[in-house]
Amino acid sequence: MNYSSRPVSILDRWIVVAIILCLIAVPIMNQVLPSSHALHLGVFNVTQLGKFLCLALLALSVDLVWGYLGILSLGHGAFFALGGYAMGMYLMRQIGSRGVYGNPDLPDFMVFLNWQELPWFWTGMEHFPIAMIMVVLAPGLLAFLFGWFAFRSRVNGVYLSIITQAMTFALMLAFYRNEMGFGGNNGLTDFKDILGFSLQSDTTRIGLFLCSGIALLISYFICQKLTRSRAGRVAQAIRDAESRTRFIGFNVENYKLWLFTFSAMLAGIAGALYVPQAGIINPREMAPLGSIEIVIWVALGGRGTLYGPIIGALIVNYAKSWFTVAFPEFWIFALGALFVVSTLFLPRGITGLLQRRSDQ
Amino acid sequence: MSSSGQKRGHVEQSQAGRFLRRDRVFNFLIPDVVDRLDVSDPVLLYLEDVNVAFDGFKAINNLNFYVDSGELRCLIGANGAGKTTMMDIITGKTRPDSGTVRFGRNVDLLDLSESQIARAGIGRKFQKPTVFEKLSVFENLELAMADDKSVWNTLHCKLNSEQQDRIATVALTVGLPEQLGQLGGKLSHGQKQWLEIGMLLMQEPLLLLVDEPVAGMTHQEMDKTGELLLSLAGTHTVVVVEHDMEFVRSIANRVTVLHQGSVLAEGQMDDIAQNEEVRRVYLGE
Repeated sequence: MNYSSRPVSILDRWIVVAIILCLIAVPIMNQVLPSSHALHLGVFNVTQLGKFLCLALLALSVDLVWGYLGILSLGHGAFFALGGYAMGMYLMRQIGSRGVYGNPDLPDFMVFLNWQELPWFWTGMEHFPIAMIMVVLAPGLLAFLFGWFAFRSRVNGVYLSIITQAMTFALMLAFYRNEMGFGGNNGLTDFKDILGFSLQSDTTRIGLFLCSGIALLISYFICQKLTRSRAGRVAQAIRDAESRTRFIGFNVENYKLWLFTFSAMLAGIAGALYVPQAGIINPREMAPLGSIEIVIWVALGGRGTLYGPIIGALIVNYAKSWFTVAFPEFWIFALGALFVVSTLFLPRGITGLLQRRSDQ
Repeated sequence: MSSSGQKRGHVEQSQAGRFLRRDRVFNFLIPDVVDRLDVSDPVLLYLEDVNVAFDGFKAINNLNFYVDSGELRCLIGANGAGKTTMMDIITGKTRPDSGTVRFGRNVDLLDLSESQIARAGIGRKFQKPTVFEKLSVFENLELAMADDKSVWNTLHCKLNSEQQDRIATVALTVGLPEQLGQLGGKLSHGQKQWLEIGMLLMQEPLLLLVDEPVAGMTHQEMDKTGELLLSLAGTHTVVVVEHDMEFVRSIANRVTVLHQGSVLAEGQMDDIAQNEEVRRVYLGE
């Protein structure tokens, strides 16, 4: 007896197969094939794909609240960056006395600012497990507090989107300040190694790529489980008819709060994996425009499906890296055009188009 | 004024009482209101001296309204008489400016949120049928089902065979056994109305508030709906808001007429139809 409203799509399986194949093939293409081979993949490309997989995870987290719960968050860049900063702090502490100033305790920017000791919130960040806890705790806590106030006062729709945007903007301005203790304008950079492995070595980079892919896969399975549970159906009910959901006895605020917090944690993990591969984290990751871009990935890929945002994030980011090399000035126009085209002609995104094909 | 003062006093007293009880130290451990509901009185729902004004317009004006357990009550009144506002007050959507709203002997509905009121046993069918369009009929019924509705439970719960049977039974009751796998949005207007009633039944409420159940229905569908509502009365308490007088006559034994936010008349349908004042303000004579 199966009366589910959503037949399992082929794409649901394909995306998993594709990611797994990618995880197997890319290291082989980089390590085993000789560099003269046509299919050889340089380390640069491996790291690039690794970063894009992190961004795909970020898109997945946005889709979880937008596509399934109806909350259009324009502030997920903040959660991504917070996770990234937590990882960045750990990496900074690993530099030790190899910094420019050779101070064994203080990161370079603190020495430069004439600080005498580590601020209290840097305590323990040299330990990997503590840093990893902060990766999910910091964005989770911010999302929980934000959601606690926003959802309880029943802020909805476009107003909620605007205050999420304001949140990331405010956080960005705060992080730009040197007094915050996060490196100000320059952010955290010049990382040397992670867990004792040099970040410059090829194997570490492949390891980070694999970690990104595995994190994406695990998150994908968790999201799949979540959206197919009754809680997932409640979320969709809230998305489509919020007050009706209240009148059949669900505490809508709690559902929103927990899903939003969970989504922020996923974004934090994405940020933490992104930073060692990008080599830098600075407040520009919290720029309002960045968060809007994530929404475009999701819209273009197809929201309300779990594979859509992953495909969207990969397509847009590859297009971006190609465009910014070929026609650097035109990328922003191309992005705008993509958004217009996807809203006008692809209301369900690219995957919606594929879905329609396979339905026929 | 005096009534609100009284009410506040009552609340303070009960809170102090609650605080002093040794078994009520950890408030969050107390089960949902459902288990505490006391329905030993014949009267299930009390609205006393309720007033609501929207921007100076008195939508509800000193309303006193009582519903007995197990009765099927019809509520009629012209547009703007306050019928829907009254439903909003009972279900927690609108908060009255003053007055008392109680469910059973001991549950003060003004203290509860919409979802708590729903879990306490008051179900509502809206005027405009709102089912979850992207979910199947089965899933619509599943979500409405009386069960632990916390986030944690819904994350891992599975339907047991008893619950599946219950969904199948309700689908049969409202005449949608063939449509269980269909999306809510794909149903016809009448079917959506029935699905809503089915969702109400899944909630196992003590009190059903049904807003215009036959609006836009064919005669055949209307008869079926009437039968359905009649079969519910007795085991449930049902309050129906309806414009269609013929339909009201076919199901109701007691009718309440609302006019300008208060009760104009109450009684048997035939008496109401004879009532001079009702004829003047409502039937337009």
